[in-house]
Amino acid sequence: MVSGLINENPIIYPKKERRLRSDSSNTDEFTPEPIDQLEIFDHIRDIKDPEHPNSLEDLRVVTEDSVEVDDENSYVRVTFTPTVEHCSMATIIGLCVRVKLLRSLPARYKIDIRVAPGSHATEDAVNKQLNDKERVAAALENPNLVEMVDECLLPSDE
Amino acid sequence: MDLMEKNLELVENQKLEGHTDRVWSVAWNPVSSNADGVSPILASCSGDNTVRIWEQSSLSRSWSCKTVLEETHTRTVRSCAWSPSGQLLATASFDGTTGIWKNYGSEFECISTLEGHENEVKSVSWNASGSLLATCSRDRSVWIWEVLEGNEYDCAAVLSEHSQDVKMVQWHPTMDVLFSCSYDNTIKVWWSEDDDGEYQCAQTLGESNNGHSSTVWSISFNAAGDKMVTCSDDRTLKIWGTDITKMQSGEEYAPWTHLCTLSGYHDRTIYSAHWSRDDIIVSGAGDDAIRLFVESKHDSVDGPSYNLLLKKNKAHDNDVNCVQWSPGEGERLLASASDDGMVKIWQLATKQ
Repeated sequence: MVSGLINENPIIYPKKERRLRSDSSNTDEFTPEPIDQLEIFDHIRDIKDPEHPNSLEDLRVVTEDSVEVDDENSYVRVTFTPTVEHCSMATIIGLCVRVKLLRSLPARYKIDIRVAPGSHATEDAVNKQLNDKERVAAALENPNLVEMVDECLLPSDE
Repeated sequence: MDLMEKNLELVENQKLEGHTDRVWSVAWNPVSSNADGVSPILASCSGDNTVRIWEQSSLSRSWSCKTVLEETHTRTVRSCAWSPSGQLLATASFDGTTGIWKNYGSEFECISTLEGHENEVKSVSWNASGSLLATCSRDRSVWIWEVLEGNEYDCAAVLSEHSQDVKMVQWHPTMDVLFSCSYDNTIKVWWSEDDDGEYQCAQTLGESNNGHSSTVWSISFNAAGDKMVTCSDDRTLKIWGTDITKMQSGEEYAPWTHLCTLSGYHDRTIYSAHWSRDDIIVSGAGDDAIRLFVESKHDSVDGPSYNLLLKKNKAHDNDVNCVQWSPGEGERLLASASDDGMVKIWQLATKQ
Protein backbone atom coordinates (compact mmCIF):
# COMPACT_ATOMS: atom_id res chain seq x y z
CA MET A 1 0.00 0.00 0.00
CA VAL A 2 1.45 3.34 -1.04
CA SER A 3 1.34 5.71 1.88
CA GLY A 4 1.35 8.90 -0.17
CA LEU A 5 -1.28 9.88 -2.70
CA ILE A 6 -0.87 8.54 -6.23
CA ASN A 7 -1.17 12.01 -7.60
CA GLU A 8 -0.10 14.69 -5.15
CA ASN A 9 -0.92 17.61 -7.41
CA PRO A 10 -3.80 16.90 -9.75
CA ILE A 11 -4.82 19.55 -12.22
CA ILE A 12 -8.15 20.99 -11.18
CA TYR A 13 -9.96 22.50 -14.08
CA PRO A 14 -12.09 25.62 -13.69
CA LYS A 15 -15.72 24.83 -13.07
CA LYS A 16 -17.81 25.00 -16.22
CA GLU A 17 -21.20 26.53 -16.00
CA ARG A 18 -23.83 23.83 -16.13
CA ARG A 19 -25.58 23.78 -19.47
CA LEU A 20 -29.32 24.35 -19.18
CA ARG A 21 -31.54 22.12 -21.25
CA SER A 22 -33.34 23.85 -24.12
CA ASP A 23 -37.12 23.65 -24.08
CA SER A 24 -38.16 20.24 -25.15
CA SER A 25 -40.27 20.00 -28.28
CA ASN A 26 -41.95 16.97 -26.77
CA THR A 27 -45.00 18.15 -24.88
CA ASP A 28 -46.53 14.72 -24.38
CA GLU A 29 -46.12 13.98 -20.69
CA PHE A 30 -46.57 10.24 -21.13
CA THR A 31 -43.81 9.62 -23.64
CA PRO A 32 -40.54 9.07 -21.81
CA GLU A 33 -37.68 11.25 -22.95
CA PRO A 34 -34.89 9.26 -24.45
CA ILE A 35 -31.87 9.18 -22.16
CA ASP A 36 -29.11 11.28 -23.67
CA GLN A 37 -25.42 11.97 -23.16
CA LEU A 38 -25.97 14.92 -20.82
CA GLU A 39 -28.34 12.98 -18.56
CA ILE A 40 -25.80 10.21 -18.12
CA PHE A 41 -22.98 12.68 -17.61
CA ASP A 42 -25.08 14.38 -14.93
CA HIS A 43 -25.13 11.06 -13.04
CA ILE A 44 -21.34 10.75 -12.97
CA ARG A 45 -19.86 14.26 -13.09
CA ASP A 46 -20.04 14.80 -9.33
CA ILE A 47 -18.55 11.47 -8.30
CA LYS A 48 -15.68 12.32 -5.99
CA ASP A 49 -12.18 11.23 -6.82
CA PRO A 50 -11.12 8.64 -4.22
CA GLU A 51 -8.02 10.62 -3.27
CA HIS A 52 -8.94 14.28 -3.59
CA PRO A 53 -11.85 16.46 -2.56
CA ASN A 54 -12.62 17.11 -6.21
CA SER A 55 -15.12 15.65 -8.59
CA LEU A 56 -14.32 13.55 -11.63
CA GLU A 57 -15.52 16.50 -13.73
CA ASP A 58 -13.20 18.95 -11.96
CA LEU A 59 -10.26 16.71 -12.71
CA ARG A 60 -11.47 16.02 -16.27
CA VAL A 61 -11.49 12.31 -15.52
CA VAL A 62 -14.87 12.29 -17.24
CA THR A 63 -16.33 14.80 -19.67
CA GLU A 64 -19.64 15.00 -21.46
CA ASP A 65 -17.98 13.57 -24.56
CA SER A 66 -16.62 10.62 -22.63
CA VAL A 67 -20.18 9.27 -22.55
CA GLU A 68 -21.43 7.39 -25.62
CA VAL A 69 -25.08 6.46 -25.41
CA ASP A 70 -27.52 4.59 -27.65
CA ASP A 71 -30.82 4.75 -25.81
CA GLU A 72 -32.74 2.81 -28.44
CA ASN A 73 -30.43 -0.15 -27.87
CA SER A 74 -30.04 0.51 -24.14
CA TYR A 75 -26.28 0.85 -24.38
CA VAL A 76 -23.80 3.22 -22.77
CA ARG A 77 -20.03 3.35 -22.77
CA VAL A 78 -18.07 5.66 -20.49
CA THR A 79 -14.42 6.29 -21.23
CA PHE A 80 -12.56 7.84 -18.33
CA THR A 81 -9.09 9.34 -18.15
CA PRO A 82 -7.19 8.75 -14.91
CA THR A 83 -5.10 11.76 -13.87
CA VAL A 84 -1.84 9.81 -14.04
CA GLU A 85 -0.73 6.86 -16.15
CA HIS A 86 0.05 4.53 -13.28
CA CYS A 87 -3.00 5.38 -11.27
CA SER A 88 -3.86 2.41 -9.06
CA MET A 89 -7.14 4.14 -8.27
CA ALA A 90 -8.26 3.53 -11.85
CA THR A 91 -10.22 0.40 -10.95
CA ILE A 92 -11.89 2.18 -8.00
CA ILE A 93 -12.89 5.10 -10.22
CA GLY A 94 -14.24 2.73 -12.87
CA LEU A 95 -16.14 0.81 -10.21
CA CYS A 96 -17.67 4.04 -8.84
CA VAL A 97 -18.86 5.04 -12.30
CA ARG A 98 -20.37 1.60 -12.87
CA VAL A 99 -22.13 1.52 -9.49
CA LYS A 100 -23.54 5.02 -9.97
CA LEU A 101 -24.90 4.11 -13.40
CA LEU A 102 -26.30 0.78 -12.14
CA ARG A 103 -28.20 2.69 -9.47
CA SER A 104 -29.33 5.49 -11.78
CA LEU A 105 -30.15 3.95 -15.15
CA PRO A 106 -33.04 1.60 -16.03
CA ALA A 107 -32.20 -2.10 -15.62
CA ARG A 108 -32.35 -2.62 -19.40
CA TYR A 109 -29.06 -0.73 -19.87
CA LYS A 110 -25.82 -2.49 -20.84
CA ILE A 111 -22.89 -0.56 -19.41
CA ASP A 112 -19.30 -0.70 -20.64
CA ILE A 113 -16.58 1.19 -18.78
CA ARG A 114 -13.06 1.68 -20.09
CA VAL A 115 -10.02 3.84 -19.56
CA ALA A 116 -9.18 6.22 -22.40
CA PRO A 117 -6.86 4.39 -24.81
CA GLY A 118 -3.26 5.30 -24.10
CA SER A 119 -4.03 6.88 -20.74
CA HIS A 120 -3.01 4.03 -18.50
CA ALA A 121 -0.05 1.67 -18.21
CA THR A 122 -2.16 -1.48 -17.69
CA GLU A 123 -5.16 -0.38 -19.74
CA ASP A 124 -6.22 -3.85 -20.93
CA ALA A 125 -5.98 -5.37 -17.46
CA VAL A 126 -8.03 -2.55 -15.92
CA ASN A 127 -10.67 -2.71 -18.66
CA LYS A 128 -10.99 -6.48 -18.34
CA GLN A 129 -11.58 -6.26 -14.59
CA LEU A 130 -14.08 -3.44 -14.86
CA ASN A 131 -16.16 -5.34 -17.40
CA ASP A 132 -16.15 -8.76 -15.75
CA LYS A 133 -19.48 -8.66 -13.94
CA GLU A 134 -18.65 -11.64 -11.72
CA ARG A 135 -15.51 -9.85 -10.47
CA VAL A 136 -17.51 -6.65 -9.99
CA ALA A 137 -20.22 -8.54 -8.05
CA ALA A 138 -17.66 -10.19 -5.79
CA ALA A 139 -15.87 -6.86 -5.22
CA LEU A 140 -19.13 -5.21 -4.24
CA GLU A 141 -19.61 -7.88 -1.54
CA ASN A 142 -16.47 -6.55 0.13
CA PRO A 143 -17.67 -4.09 2.81
CA ASN A 144 -14.47 -2.05 2.79
CA LEU A 145 -14.68 -1.53 -0.95
CA VAL A 146 -18.38 -0.68 -0.77
CA GLU A 147 -17.66 1.91 1.91
CA MET A 148 -15.01 3.50 -0.29
CA VAL A 149 -17.35 3.56 -3.29
CA ASP A 150 -20.23 4.99 -1.26
CA GLU A 151 -17.93 7.77 0.01
CA CYS A 152 -17.13 8.74 -3.57
CA LEU A 153 -20.78 8.66 -4.53
CA LEU A 154 -21.97 10.81 -1.62
CA PRO A 155 -23.29 14.11 -2.86
CA SER A 156 -20.98 16.89 -1.72
CA ASP A 157 -22.44 19.91 0.04
CA GLU A 158 -22.74 22.72 -2.46
CA MET B 1 -34.80 -35.64 -38.01
CA ASP B 2 -33.44 -32.52 -39.63
CA LEU B 3 -34.16 -29.81 -37.12
CA MET B 4 -33.33 -27.05 -39.54
CA GLU B 5 -36.28 -28.05 -41.68
CA LYS B 6 -38.81 -28.00 -38.88
CA ASN B 7 -40.30 -24.67 -37.90
CA LEU B 8 -39.24 -24.60 -34.29
CA GLU B 9 -39.70 -22.13 -31.48
CA LEU B 10 -38.68 -21.90 -27.86
CA VAL B 11 -41.84 -21.68 -25.77
CA GLU B 12 -41.74 -20.32 -22.24
CA ASN B 13 -43.48 -22.88 -20.00
CA GLN B 14 -43.07 -21.10 -16.71
CA LYS B 15 -41.22 -18.33 -14.91
CA LEU B 16 -39.92 -19.33 -11.47
CA GLU B 17 -39.89 -16.38 -9.09
CA GLY B 18 -38.52 -16.29 -5.61
CA HIS B 19 -34.87 -15.32 -5.62
CA THR B 20 -34.27 -11.75 -4.43
CA ASP B 21 -31.10 -11.17 -6.42
CA ARG B 22 -29.63 -12.33 -9.74
CA VAL B 23 -29.70 -16.08 -10.42
CA TRP B 24 -26.27 -17.34 -11.46
CA SER B 25 -26.81 -21.02 -12.22
CA VAL B 26 -29.29 -23.85 -12.51
CA ALA B 27 -28.75 -27.60 -12.29
CA TRP B 28 -31.17 -30.41 -13.15
CA ASN B 29 -31.22 -33.38 -10.80
CA PRO B 30 -29.88 -36.19 -13.03
CA VAL B 31 -32.12 -38.89 -11.63
CA SER B 32 -35.59 -37.41 -11.65
CA SER B 33 -37.20 -37.00 -15.02
CA ASN B 34 -40.67 -37.15 -16.50
CA ALA B 35 -40.11 -40.39 -18.37
CA ASP B 36 -39.58 -42.38 -15.19
CA GLY B 37 -42.69 -40.97 -13.62
CA VAL B 38 -40.52 -39.18 -11.09
CA SER B 39 -40.98 -35.40 -10.96
CA PRO B 40 -38.19 -33.32 -12.48
CA ILE B 41 -36.21 -31.35 -9.91
CA LEU B 42 -34.15 -28.23 -10.57
CA ALA B 43 -31.74 -26.36 -8.29
CA SER B 44 -30.97 -22.66 -8.75
CA CYS B 45 -28.42 -20.53 -6.95
CA SER B 46 -28.27 -16.81 -6.45
CA GLY B 47 -26.67 -13.57 -5.33
CA ASP B 48 -29.18 -13.69 -2.47
CA ASN B 49 -26.90 -16.33 -0.85
CA THR B 50 -29.48 -19.12 -1.20
CA VAL B 51 -30.20 -22.15 -3.32
CA ARG B 52 -33.79 -22.94 -4.30
CA ILE B 53 -35.05 -26.40 -5.15
CA TRP B 54 -37.92 -26.43 -7.65
CA GLU B 55 -40.14 -29.38 -8.48
CA GLN B 56 -42.69 -29.96 -11.20
CA SER B 57 -46.01 -31.38 -10.06
CA SER B 58 -46.94 -34.49 -12.07
CA LEU B 59 -50.63 -33.57 -11.76
CA SER B 60 -50.75 -29.88 -12.56
CA ARG B 61 -47.48 -29.80 -14.54
CA SER B 62 -46.60 -26.57 -12.82
CA TRP B 63 -43.38 -25.81 -11.00
CA SER B 64 -43.09 -24.67 -7.42
CA CYS B 65 -40.35 -24.02 -4.92
CA LYS B 66 -39.99 -27.10 -2.73
CA THR B 67 -37.37 -25.74 -0.37
CA VAL B 68 -34.81 -22.97 0.15
CA LEU B 69 -31.27 -23.82 1.24
CA GLU B 70 -30.28 -20.84 3.34
CA GLU B 71 -28.35 -19.71 6.40
CA THR B 72 -25.23 -21.58 5.37
CA HIS B 73 -23.45 -19.60 2.72
CA THR B 74 -22.73 -16.05 3.80
CA ARG B 75 -22.23 -14.71 0.29
CA THR B 76 -23.37 -15.34 -3.27
CA VAL B 77 -23.84 -18.97 -4.26
CA ARG B 78 -22.28 -19.00 -7.72
CA SER B 79 -22.97 -22.53 -8.93
CA CYS B 80 -24.28 -25.90 -7.88
CA ALA B 81 -24.00 -29.48 -9.08
CA TRP B 82 -25.89 -32.68 -8.29
CA SER B 83 -23.95 -35.90 -7.68
CA PRO B 84 -24.65 -38.61 -10.30
CA SER B 85 -26.90 -40.44 -7.80
CA GLY B 86 -28.99 -37.27 -7.35
CA GLN B 87 -28.61 -37.67 -3.58
CA LEU B 88 -26.15 -34.86 -2.99
CA LEU B 89 -25.95 -31.24 -4.09
CA ALA B 90 -22.64 -29.37 -4.02
CA THR B 91 -22.79 -25.56 -3.83
CA ALA B 92 -19.90 -23.21 -4.69
CA SER B 93 -19.91 -19.83 -2.95
CA PHE B 94 -18.13 -16.48 -2.95
CA ASP B 95 -17.68 -17.05 0.79
CA GLY B 96 -14.79 -19.38 -0.16
CA THR B 97 -16.51 -22.61 0.82
CA THR B 98 -18.22 -25.46 -1.03
CA GLY B 99 -21.30 -26.87 0.67
CA ILE B 100 -22.38 -30.48 0.38
CA TRP B 101 -26.10 -30.99 0.95
CA LYS B 102 -27.91 -34.25 1.37
CA ASN B 103 -31.36 -34.71 -0.11
CA TYR B 104 -33.67 -36.12 2.57
CA GLY B 105 -36.81 -35.92 0.45
CA SER B 106 -38.60 -32.81 1.63
CA GLU B 107 -35.56 -31.36 3.35
CA PHE B 108 -31.92 -30.78 2.61
CA GLU B 109 -29.19 -30.75 5.21
CA CYS B 110 -25.70 -29.36 4.84
CA ILE B 111 -23.62 -32.38 5.77
CA SER B 112 -20.20 -31.00 4.97
CA THR B 113 -18.40 -27.75 4.15
CA LEU B 114 -15.22 -27.88 2.09
CA GLU B 115 -12.71 -25.19 2.91
CA GLY B 116 -9.34 -24.38 1.44
CA HIS B 117 -9.76 -21.90 -1.38
CA GLU B 118 -8.36 -18.46 -0.56
CA ASN B 119 -11.29 -16.57 -1.99
CA GLU B 120 -14.47 -16.95 -4.09
CA VAL B 121 -15.28 -20.47 -5.29
CA LYS B 122 -16.73 -20.21 -8.79
CA SER B 123 -17.68 -23.72 -9.85
CA VAL B 124 -18.04 -27.32 -8.68
CA SER B 125 -18.31 -30.55 -10.66
CA TRP B 126 -18.73 -34.27 -9.87
CA ASN B 127 -17.03 -36.95 -11.97
CA ALA B 128 -19.16 -39.60 -13.71
CA SER B 129 -19.00 -42.10 -10.84
CA GLY B 130 -19.44 -39.57 -8.05
CA SER B 131 -16.13 -40.56 -6.47
CA LEU B 132 -14.43 -37.23 -7.14
CA LEU B 133 -15.38 -33.59 -6.84
CA ALA B 134 -13.59 -30.62 -8.42
CA THR B 135 -13.77 -26.95 -7.41
CA CYS B 136 -12.12 -23.79 -8.74
CA SER B 137 -11.64 -20.26 -7.55
CA ARG B 138 -10.45 -16.68 -8.14
CA ASP B 139 -7.35 -17.85 -6.24
CA ARG B 140 -6.34 -19.39 -9.64
CA SER B 141 -6.40 -22.95 -8.39
CA VAL B 142 -8.40 -26.06 -9.16
CA TRP B 143 -8.91 -28.52 -6.31
CA ILE B 144 -9.79 -32.19 -6.63
CA TRP B 145 -11.52 -33.83 -3.66
CA GLU B 146 -11.99 -37.54 -2.99
CA VAL B 147 -15.40 -38.55 -1.72
CA LEU B 148 -14.96 -40.89 1.24
CA GLU B 149 -17.21 -42.79 3.62
CA GLY B 150 -19.10 -40.94 6.32
CA ASN B 151 -19.51 -37.59 4.56
CA GLU B 152 -15.74 -37.13 4.48
CA TYR B 153 -14.01 -35.22 1.70
CA ASP B 154 -10.28 -35.38 1.30
CA CYS B 155 -8.29 -32.92 -0.76
CA ALA B 156 -6.52 -35.06 -3.36
CA ALA B 157 -4.89 -32.33 -5.46
CA VAL B 158 -4.35 -28.58 -5.69
CA LEU B 159 -3.65 -27.62 -9.29
CA SER B 160 -2.22 -24.15 -9.72
CA GLU B 161 -1.37 -23.61 -13.34
CA HIS B 162 -3.93 -21.05 -14.42
CA SER B 163 -2.50 -17.54 -14.26
CA GLN B 164 -5.86 -15.99 -13.37
CA ASP B 165 -9.31 -16.53 -11.89
CA VAL B 166 -10.73 -19.97 -12.83
CA LYS B 167 -14.34 -19.65 -13.93
CA MET B 168 -15.54 -23.23 -14.34
CA VAL B 169 -14.53 -26.86 -13.88
CA GLN B 170 -16.17 -29.75 -15.66
CA TRP B 171 -15.36 -33.45 -15.53
CA HIS B 172 -15.48 -35.39 -18.79
CA PRO B 173 -18.80 -37.31 -19.05
CA THR B 174 -17.19 -40.75 -19.08
CA MET B 175 -13.50 -40.54 -18.17
CA ASP B 176 -11.83 -39.06 -15.08
CA VAL B 177 -10.27 -36.22 -17.05
CA LEU B 178 -10.89 -32.73 -15.71
CA PHE B 179 -11.35 -29.52 -17.70
CA SER B 180 -11.11 -25.97 -16.43
CA CYS B 181 -11.55 -22.58 -18.10
CA SER B 182 -10.33 -19.20 -16.98
CA TYR B 183 -10.05 -15.40 -17.05
CA ASP B 184 -6.57 -16.14 -18.47
CA ASN B 185 -8.39 -17.01 -21.77
CA THR B 186 -7.37 -20.67 -21.70
CA ILE B 187 -8.92 -24.08 -21.18
CA LYS B 188 -6.76 -26.59 -19.34
CA VAL B 189 -7.07 -30.37 -19.42
CA TRP B 190 -6.00 -32.25 -16.28
CA TRP B 191 -5.13 -35.92 -16.66
CA SER B 192 -3.84 -38.58 -14.35
CA GLU B 193 -1.53 -40.96 -16.19
CA ASP B 194 -1.48 -43.79 -13.70
CA ASP B 195 -4.90 -43.57 -12.13
CA ASP B 196 -2.98 -42.89 -8.91
CA GLY B 197 -4.61 -39.56 -8.48
CA GLU B 198 -1.59 -37.54 -9.60
CA TYR B 199 -3.21 -35.02 -11.91
CA GLN B 200 -1.11 -32.95 -14.27
CA CYS B 201 -1.98 -30.31 -16.80
CA ALA B 202 -1.83 -32.40 -19.97
CA GLN B 203 -2.89 -29.64 -22.34
CA THR B 204 -3.61 -25.90 -22.49
CA LEU B 205 -5.96 -24.67 -25.21
CA GLY B 206 -5.00 -21.06 -25.75
CA GLU B 207 -4.91 -18.51 -28.52
CA SER B 208 -2.14 -20.40 -30.32
CA ASN B 209 -4.42 -23.45 -30.64
CA ASN B 210 -7.19 -21.34 -32.20
CA GLY B 211 -8.45 -20.68 -28.70
CA HIS B 212 -10.35 -17.78 -27.19
CA SER B 213 -9.07 -14.21 -27.01
CA SER B 214 -10.79 -13.35 -23.76
CA THR B 215 -12.21 -14.96 -20.59
CA VAL B 216 -13.65 -18.43 -21.15
CA TRP B 217 -16.84 -18.77 -19.12
CA SER B 218 -17.98 -22.34 -19.62
CA ILE B 219 -17.43 -25.81 -21.07
CA SER B 220 -19.93 -28.46 -22.10
CA PHE B 221 -19.48 -31.94 -23.60
CA ASN B 222 -21.62 -33.86 -26.05
CA ALA B 223 -23.06 -37.16 -24.81
CA ALA B 224 -20.36 -39.26 -26.49
CA GLY B 225 -17.64 -37.16 -24.90
CA ASP B 226 -15.66 -36.72 -28.10
CA LYS B 227 -16.63 -33.08 -28.58
CA MET B 228 -16.97 -30.03 -26.37
CA VAL B 229 -18.21 -26.47 -26.74
CA THR B 230 -16.68 -23.49 -24.92
CA CYS B 231 -18.00 -19.95 -24.73
CA SER B 232 -16.27 -16.67 -24.03
CA ASP B 233 -16.23 -12.95 -23.39
CA ASP B 234 -14.79 -12.79 -26.94
CA ARG B 235 -18.40 -13.42 -28.12
CA THR B 236 -17.62 -16.72 -29.83
CA LEU B 237 -18.46 -20.36 -29.24
CA LYS B 238 -15.70 -22.83 -30.07
CA ILE B 239 -16.12 -26.52 -30.82
CA TRP B 240 -13.26 -28.87 -29.94
CA GLY B 241 -12.82 -32.60 -30.58
CA THR B 242 -10.70 -35.54 -29.59
CA ASP B 243 -10.07 -39.14 -30.65
CA ILE B 244 -12.42 -40.81 -28.19
CA THR B 245 -11.10 -44.35 -28.82
CA LYS B 246 -7.59 -43.22 -27.97
CA MET B 247 -8.92 -41.39 -24.92
CA GLN B 248 -10.83 -44.45 -23.71
CA SER B 249 -7.83 -46.73 -24.09
CA GLY B 250 -6.30 -44.65 -21.32
CA GLU B 251 -2.77 -45.49 -22.36
CA GLU B 252 -1.68 -42.07 -23.45
CA TYR B 253 -3.14 -38.61 -23.42
CA ALA B 254 -5.55 -37.92 -26.30
CA PRO B 255 -5.21 -34.23 -27.22
CA TRP B 256 -8.08 -31.91 -28.09
CA THR B 257 -8.09 -29.85 -31.27
CA HIS B 258 -10.11 -26.90 -32.46
CA LEU B 259 -12.83 -27.90 -34.93
CA CYS B 260 -14.94 -24.80 -35.46
CA THR B 261 -15.56 -21.23 -34.24
CA LEU B 262 -19.05 -19.70 -34.25
CA SER B 263 -18.57 -15.95 -34.46
CA GLY B 264 -20.79 -13.05 -35.44
CA TYR B 265 -23.84 -14.48 -33.69
CA HIS B 266 -23.53 -12.87 -30.25
CA ASP B 267 -23.37 -9.16 -29.40
CA ARG B 268 -22.20 -9.47 -25.80
CA THR B 269 -20.32 -11.90 -23.56
CA ILE B 270 -21.54 -15.51 -23.75
CA TYR B 271 -21.82 -16.81 -20.18
CA SER B 272 -23.09 -20.32 -20.71
CA ALA B 273 -23.28 -23.06 -23.34
CA HIS B 274 -24.79 -26.54 -23.02
CA TRP B 275 -24.76 -29.50 -25.40
CA SER B 276 -27.97 -31.57 -25.39
CA ARG B 277 -28.25 -35.34 -25.72
CA ASP B 278 -29.64 -34.85 -29.23
CA ASP B 279 -26.86 -32.50 -30.28
CA ILE B 280 -28.45 -29.08 -29.93
CA ILE B 281 -26.08 -26.49 -28.48
CA VAL B 282 -27.77 -23.74 -26.44
CA SER B 283 -26.08 -20.49 -25.44
CA GLY B 284 -26.99 -17.82 -22.91
CA ALA B 285 -25.50 -14.35 -23.30
CA GLY B 286 -25.24 -10.83 -21.94
CA ASP B 287 -27.60 -9.55 -24.63
CA ASP B 288 -30.54 -11.23 -22.83
CA ALA B 289 -30.94 -13.79 -25.61
CA ILE B 290 -30.88 -17.58 -25.87
CA ARG B 291 -29.61 -19.14 -29.09
CA LEU B 292 -29.70 -22.71 -30.39
CA PHE B 293 -27.18 -24.18 -32.82
CA VAL B 294 -27.04 -27.50 -34.68
CA GLU B 295 -24.40 -29.12 -36.82
CA SER B 296 -24.74 -28.47 -40.51
CA LYS B 297 -25.78 -31.41 -42.67
CA HIS B 298 -23.42 -30.39 -45.41
CA ASP B 299 -20.11 -32.16 -45.21
CA SER B 300 -17.16 -29.89 -45.22
CA VAL B 301 -13.56 -30.72 -45.97
CA ASP B 302 -12.50 -28.44 -43.15
CA GLY B 303 -14.53 -30.19 -40.50
CA PRO B 304 -17.97 -29.72 -38.99
CA SER B 305 -19.84 -26.46 -39.24
CA TYR B 306 -22.80 -25.22 -37.27
CA ASN B 307 -25.94 -23.28 -38.08
CA LEU B 308 -28.10 -21.05 -35.93
CA LEU B 309 -31.33 -22.99 -35.39
CA LEU B 310 -33.16 -20.19 -33.60
CA LYS B 311 -32.63 -17.06 -31.51
CA LYS B 312 -34.91 -16.09 -28.64
CA ASN B 313 -34.58 -12.34 -28.16
CA LYS B 314 -35.41 -10.93 -24.74
CA ALA B 315 -35.53 -14.44 -23.28
CA HIS B 316 -35.04 -12.58 -20.00
CA ASP B 317 -35.10 -8.89 -18.99
CA ASN B 318 -31.38 -9.03 -18.36
CA ASP B 319 -28.24 -11.13 -18.94
CA VAL B 320 -28.73 -14.88 -19.28
CA ASN B 321 -26.14 -16.44 -16.94
CA CYS B 322 -26.82 -20.13 -17.35
CA VAL B 323 -28.67 -22.44 -19.74
CA GLN B 324 -29.14 -26.18 -19.14
CA TRP B 325 -31.02 -28.87 -21.03
CA SER B 326 -32.96 -31.32 -18.90
CA PRO B 327 -31.39 -34.78 -18.66
CA GLY B 328 -33.03 -38.11 -19.32
CA GLU B 329 -35.11 -39.43 -22.13
CA GLY B 330 -38.30 -37.51 -21.42
CA GLU B 331 -39.52 -34.31 -23.02
CA ARG B 332 -36.79 -31.84 -23.94
CA LEU B 333 -36.89 -28.95 -21.47
CA LEU B 334 -34.49 -26.06 -21.08
CA ALA B 335 -33.85 -24.10 -17.88
CA SER B 336 -32.31 -20.62 -17.89
CA ALA B 337 -31.08 -18.31 -15.11
CA SER B 338 -30.75 -14.54 -15.35
CA ASP B 339 -29.64 -11.28 -13.75
CA ASP B 340 -33.35 -10.41 -13.73
CA GLY B 341 -33.74 -12.77 -10.74
CA MET B 342 -35.78 -15.32 -12.67
CA VAL B 343 -35.41 -18.94 -13.63
CA LYS B 344 -37.38 -19.91 -16.73
CA ILE B 345 -38.44 -23.30 -18.03
CA TRP B 346 -38.66 -23.58 -21.82
CA GLN B 347 -39.76 -26.19 -24.30
CA LEU B 348 -38.64 -26.63 -27.87
CA ALA B 349 -41.77 -27.04 -29.97
CA THR B 350 -42.93 -26.93 -33.56
CA LYS B 351 -44.68 -23.70 -34.43
CA GLN B 352 -48.42 -24.16 -34.73
